[in-house]
Amino acid sequence: MVMRVYSFVVYLFLYVPIGIIVLFSFNSGRHASEFVGLSSKWYGKALSNPFMMDALTSSLIIAFSAATLSSIMGTTAALALQRMRGPVRVIFDGLIYISIMIPGIVIGIATLVALVTVFDILNPVLAAIWPDDNRPPKLSLGYISVIAAHTLFTMSLVIVLVRARITGMDRTLIEASQDLYATPWQTFCQITLPQISPAILAGFLLSFTFSFDDFIISFFVAGANTTLPIYIFSSIRRGITPEVNAIGTMVLVVSLTLLIIAQVLLRSRENKSSRDN
Amino acid sequence: MTANSAHLQDADIEFHGVSKHFGDVKAVDNVSLSVARGSFFSFLGPSGCGKTTSLRLIAGFEQPTHGDVYIGGEAMIGVPPHKRPVNMVFQSYALFPHMSVADNIGYGLRQRSSKPSKTELRKQIDESLEMVRMSGYGNRRVWEMSGGQQQRVALARALINRPTVLLLDEPLAALDRKLRRDMQIELQTLQRDVGITFILVTHDQEEALSMSSNICIMRDGRIEQSGSPRELYDQPINRYVADFVGKTNFVAGSVTQINGQTVCMKTGNGRSFFGMKTAGSPELDVGARVSLAIRPELTVVGSKASNAEDLNTDTAFQGKIRNQIFLGEHTEYLIDVEEIGDVLVLSPKSIESASGGFDPGEYVTIGWKNDQAHVLKDS
Repeated sequence: MVMRVYSFVVYLFLYVPIGIIVLFSFNSGRHASEFVGLSSKWYGKALSNPFMMDALTSSLIIAFSAATLSSIMGTTAALALQRMRGPVRVIFDGLIYISIMIPGIVIGIATLVALVTVFDILNPVLAAIWPDDNRPPKLSLGYISVIAAHTLFTMSLVIVLVRARITGMDRTLIEASQDLYATPWQTFCQITLPQISPAILAGFLLSFTFSFDDFIISFFVAGANTTLPIYIFSSIRRGITPEVNAIGTMVLVVSLTLLIIAQVLLRSRENKSSRDN
Repeated sequence: MTANSAHLQDADIEFHGVSKHFGDVKAVDNVSLSVARGSFFSFLGPSGCGKTTSLRLIAGFEQPTHGDVYIGGEAMIGVPPHKRPVNMVFQSYALFPHMSVADNIGYGLRQRSSKPSKTELRKQIDESLEMVRMSGYGNRRVWEMSGGQQQRVALARALINRPTVLLLDEPLAALDRKLRRDMQIELQTLQRDVGITFILVTHDQEEALSMSSNICIMRDGRIEQSGSPRELYDQPINRYVADFVGKTNFVAGSVTQINGQTVCMKTGNGRSFFGMKTAGSPELDVGARVSLAIRPELTVVGSKASNAEDLNTDTAFQGKIRNQIFLGEHTEYLIDVEEIGDVLVLSPKSIESASGGFDPGEYVTIGWKNDQAHVLKDS
C-alpha cells in the first residue's frame, strides 16, 4: 500500500508539471499563473514571433544535419565493428557505450575547449597562407560546431541500434547473395541495407530528437547562434509566458511522435524476423 | 577416386591436397578427390567431420589453408563466391525475407552484368517455378510458405542460374519424414533432368545411399572411403565405414591367420571366426585388432534344433530372441547369443512364413556364410 502511494506520487511529480505546461499553453489569459479560459492564441503568437521562428529554423537545420550525418557515420561504423574480432572490438564497443553515458555538460565543455583550441591554431595559419588580399575566413563557433558536437554524441546511439540489428540478422543471407553472383556492393544494397534500414531510420529519428531537444551542448558550442531550447531558456528569464508553454508543448508533441515512430520501427522489425525463423 | 596430378576431363570438382585449418583444428585435412560431371555426389559423416567445410570451400565461403579446389578444370584459389559457377541450397534455405518468391528466384539472374529483359526474366522465373512444382506462387511472401515450399523455392533460386555444380547443405534436415522421402525422389529426378552435378552434404546415411551415385565418407577432416553406395555397403574398408553405412553386427577380435582373402580371427574368449578381406582395405597383420562384420540380412535364423547344414550356413550359434519387430517385408530380431552378444537379424518374409516366425524368449539357432562375413580393421 505504501509502495503504491509512493509510486503514484512519483508519477504525479513527473507528469503533473508537464500536464500543466500543456494545459497553460491553451490559457487565454496573459499570465502563466492563473487559468482564465481555453484559447489557441498563444500558438499563433509563438508561430508569428520572428525570433522564435529563427531559433526553430536553426534547430531544425542542426537536428536534420546532425541526424543525417550520425546515421551515415554510425551505420558505417557499426558495419566496420561487426567485422572486427577480439580485444579491439571489445574496446571500441566499450567506448561507444561510455560515450552514451558521458554527461552532456562534459561533452559540451570538451567540445568547446577542443574547438576553440583548434580554431586558435588554424586561424593564424589560414591568415598566413591565404593567397589574395581579401580577408581570410575566420573559423568560429556556429552551426557547424553544434552539428559536429551533436553528430558526435548521437552517432553512438545509431551504432548501438544498427549493431543490434546486424547481430540479429541471418548471416547466411549475405552468403546466399554472394553465392548468387552479387558483388559485395550489390549485396550491401540489396540485402544488408534493407535488413538494417529500420534500425537506421530509428537511429535517425532518435538522433533528430536528441539534437532538437538538446540545450547543454548547444549552449556551449553554438556561439552567437540561438537554437530553440536556448531561445526558450533566455525567454523564461523574462518570465514564463503562455507563449513559452505553447512552444514547449509543440516541442513535446514533435519529440514524442518521433520517439514513438522509432519504437514502432524497431519493434515491428523484431517481430517479423522472429516470425521468419 | 583420387586425382593428384592432371585434371580429369570429365570432372567438375577436384580437390588437390586440400586442407582447411581453423586455429589448431584441422577441419579438412589433406583431402584429394574428384567429382564426375553429371553425378550426384555426397559428403557423408557425423557432425564435425569436415563435410560442410568441404562444401563451403567449393562455394568459396572458405579459402583452403593448403591445396587447391578446381571447378570445371579451373583453379579457384582467391576467387570470391560471387565469381564461382556454383550455387548453393542452404540448410536454413536463406531466402531473402524482404522479397517475394519471384524476386528471390530471379536474384541470381538480376546480378549478371548482362541482365535479361523483364519479360525474359519473368519467363525464366515461371519456368523455374514450374520445375519445382510451385507455379502461381511467384507473388507470395517467403514467410507465408511451409518448410517444404521454401525448400523448393531455394532449389529454384539456385537452379535458374544453370550452375556447373549445385551444392546442397543438409537440404532436407528441416523437413518431416514423409516430406523428406518425397523430396529425395524429387531431387534425384531433378538431377537427372537438368544434368547438373549435385553435391550433397548429409549426416543421414539413408539419404546419401538412396540419392547418390557416389559417396565420400568423412571422419575428422579426412576421407575414410569413397565409392558408389553399393561399394560402400558391400565392401567397407574398415569398421567405421561398415558401422556408418547400414546396420552391422560386429564381433571384436584379433587376426590369427591370413590365407589369401580369407582371414581367421580369434575373440577374447578363444572362439575362432573366418571372414573375407574387403576390396581396397588396408593390409592386415597377424595380431591386428579387427572386427568380424556381418550384415543383419545375411544372417539366417532357424529353430533351436537346426544346425549349420539345415540353415545352409558355415556357422551355427544358439541364442535367445530378445526382441522382435515386424516390418512387413522383413522381421527384425534382436538375438542374445552367448559367444557373441546381441545380434541383429533381418529375416525375409519367405523364410518367416516357412518357419512360422519366433517370439521373444524363444531359443533359436543363427548362422552365416563365412564368405559373407568381413574382417575389418578397427579404426
